[in-house]
Order: sequence, then C-alpha cells, then structure tokens
Amino acid sequence: MSKRSGHVIGLATPLRAWAQRSAFVVFFALAIVLLILGRANTPAVERVRMAVNDAVAPILELATSPVASVSDMIVNGREFMDVRASNEALRHENERLLQWRAAAQRLEDENRLLRELNELNIEPRTRYITAHVIGDQGGAFVRSVLVSAGTRDGVAKGQAALTGKGLAGRVAETGRRAARILLVTDMNSRVPVLVGNSRDRAVLAGDNSPMPELLYFSPDVQMRVGDQVVTSGHGGAFPSGLPIGVVTEVRENEVRVAPYVDWAHLEFLRLVDYELPYILSSPEDGLAKGGPVVRTTAEIEENTTAENAGGPAQAAAEVVEPAR
Amino acid sequence: MNSSLWQRLDAIARSMFPVTATLLLILASMVPLRVPDLAPIIPSLSLIAVYYWSIHRPDLMPVWAVFAIGVTQDMLSGGMLGVASIVLLLVRHLVITQARFFTSASIVVIWSIFALVAPFAFFVMWFLTSLASATLVEYRPAVFQCLMTLAFYPCFTWFFVHGQRLFLR
Repeated sequence: MSKRSGHVIGLATPLRAWAQRSAFVVFFALAIVLLILGRANTPAVERVRMAVNDAVAPILELATSPVASVSDMIVNGREFMDVRASNEALRHENERLLQWRAAAQRLEDENRLLRELNELNIEPRTRYITAHVIGDQGGAFVRSVLVSAGTRDGVAKGQAALTGKGLAGRVAETGRRAARILLVTDMNSRVPVLVGNSRDRAVLAGDNSPMPELLYFSPDVQMRVGDQVVTSGHGGAFPSGLPIGVVTEVRENEVRVAPYVDWAHLEFLRLVDYELPYILSSPEDGLAKGGPVVRTTAEIEENTTAENAGGPAQAAAEVVEPAR
Repeated sequence: MNSSLWQRLDAIARSMFPVTATLLLILASMVPLRVPDLAPIIPSLSLIAVYYWSIHRPDLMPVWAVFAIGVTQDMLSGGMLGVASIVLLLVRHLVITQARFFTSASIVVIWSIFALVAPFAFFVMWFLTSLASATLVEYRPAVFQCLMTLAFYPCFTWFFVHGQRLFLR
C-alpha cells in the first residue's frame, strides 16, 4: 500500500512539471481544434458565441451611450455652423421630393390596379425592428457589427439590416438580446442583386474592402458606372428592391459597387422581418437547395389562401402601414 | 487568521490585474467610436497586452489566460474562432523563450522588438484567415491595423506600467 502511494507521488511530480512545460502545446492544439470546429459551423460553437455576446451586450450598451452623446455634441456644433446653407439645400430637396411623392402615389395606385387585374396577392407582410449598434467592427479581418436586439425582439437569422440609405447587411447570428450583423462588405457576404435599369441578375460579393464586387453576371451584360444595385429577392432571404449602392468601377473582369451606407455613422439598423416563408434558416445560409424550395412554394400557396380568407384589403393595409 | 484570509484574497485580486485589464481593454475597443474608418484598423490591444505582460510578469499571464483572451477576442469581434488564440500563444511563446534577453532591455528596445513581433503576428492572422476561408484575404487593412498597434504601444505600456505600480507592488 505504502509502496504504491510512493509510486504515485514519484510519478506526480514529473507529471506536473511535464504538464507545465507542455501547456503551450496543449492550448495551441486546442486553438487549432477551435479553428476547425468554428469553420465547420458547429451549432454548439455558435451557441457559445452568442451566449458570450449576450453577456457583454448590457455592458456595451452602457458604454455606447456616453460615446454617442459626445459624438452628437460634435455633430450638433458642426451643423450649427452651416445651418443657413443646409436650410436652403433642404428646401430645394423638399420641393423635389414632393414631386417624387406625387409620382410614387400615382405609381402605387397603378401598381395596385395592375395587381388586382392579375389577381396577384402574395405580398409578404413586413415588420421593422430597430436596433442600436453596440459593437463595432473589430479589426482587419471581419466586417460585422453587434446590435442590441435579439430573438426576444423577433430578430431571426437571415433578416436584412437597413439604414436610411440602403442595405447594410444581414443577421448572421442571433442571441437572446444581441445579434451579429454580417455587413455586405464582409468576405463571407453574398447577396443576389439586380443591376441597372435592365435589372440584370448578379451576386454582390464582399471581400473586406469598402467596395464589394459584382460576380456571376452573364458575359454579354454591359455594366456601366452609375448603375443602381438593388436586392433581387432571389433565394427569398431579402425583400426585393432594397437599395444597396451604385456601380463605381467597371474594369475587365472586375465590377465594383460603392454601398450607400455611411459606415462611419452606423448608429441604428432597421432589421426587416419579412414574412415570406424562406430558406435562410437552413445551416448553409444563403444557398437555396432543392428540398426547401419545394416547401417554399407550398407555403406561398398556403399564405395566399390565408390572406384571401382575411380579405385582400386587410392584407394590403398590413403591408403598407409599417413601411411609413 | 481573518486578516490573512483578506490578505490572500487581496493578493489574488491584485495578481488578476493583467488578465482583467486585458479583457476590459478588448471590450473597450469594441465600443463604436464613430470615428470614420477607425473601426477596421483599431489597434489590437490584446496583442499589446499579451506581449507586455509576457515580458514583465509572465507568471501573471499564464498560457491558459492567453488562450482565454484569444477566444474572448474572437467571439466579441466576430472573427474566426481560434485565430487570435493561436497568434497570442505564439507571441507569448516567442517572448518566454527569449526571456533572458528581455530582462535587461530598455523600453525602446522592447518597442523595437515589438515592431518585429507585431507584423509577424498580423501575418500569421492573415495567413490563417486566408487558409480557413480558402481565399486571399485583403491584406491592406491588416497592414494599417499593424501600424496602428505599433503606434499605440507606448500609450498602453504607460497604462500597464502605472497599473503594475499601483496593484502589483
């Protein structure tokens, strides 16, 4: 007995020394395992990630408010200096926008009439969730931000994130009170888009530079500088027609888009809860697969019948109201 | 007896200063500052902290803590999990193996060595990110972030030196 315990002690000391020396190797290996696990989109890893983000969200929210008030003060001061000039500019813009409003109203009426003529009634309902940006893009290798809204506010994976100017990104991870928004400039971001008046299909692919690139358009399409880029709604993740940016650079084999979003003043994001039965909740975000598409069609039909039962007028009202 | 317990708790709290300060700095660097174009090139405070403490008090910046700091950094910034841990562990290992050299080095020399370590660290980060995403990741933001980290090193050294005097004497 005593002999045995002596053995154990004799073994334990070199073991401990060995453990201390090899701690580096052990943790290094652990980090590599994490890298592989994280890359394989393991749900457990994602859950841990969002739990950590949920935990720090209140702290970040608290820290954001004084920064916001200081930066607001600076902006206010600067605006005060040229209040006259901006007043003049705003008056002009207002006149122009009033004309546009008249045009939009006319088009909306026309659109409704045409829809009724075609008996097209699959307008999805949209709801907006406004979220405060509480975590900035951390470093050179990711383009994502943290916002202070999560599943308890109705945020779900795949929702579009908008600023007043256009599409900023989409919800990539959701926690209970925080969510991570993958910006359109991130190298993992792929958004199906329509380009220009001819509405040619393409994919907007981020590469961590401020100007994402257009990919996968047919070779006979001529992209021009100044062409508008909007979401196409293909894949069902986003509503169609959300403005993203404008083509600024057309070279051989490379077309670049400047997003409308002002990245330096990303304070609030509107997340679009777009109630078309969609596909993005599958683990391979973004790619429509055979199975889910079939299900989608079926659900659209269900949706149509449901809304017909409720009356088209009621459905239309629900569509229009939150957009104002 | 009672006072000795308090003394021990006090000592533990003080010895946690390097790791706690590093974690708080990571959190602080996440706060949106609304300065145009700063966010992508915000200095890597975890790199500065791990380098500094591995030189001055490696006993208070153990391997497991460096690993945890890396994981926290990746989780908060949305980066690829594991990358920061690998880089920070490498930096700590590099410093520890050259510990004898650093004992007599002045602040300027330590900063100069950091000017070699930081580009190496960012290169490894860039390499791992590119490898894991199977694309050549844009390298320019990393270069700028590296330069920013180098430029801000003395600032945070000052902060750590004062913290060390305050808590670890």
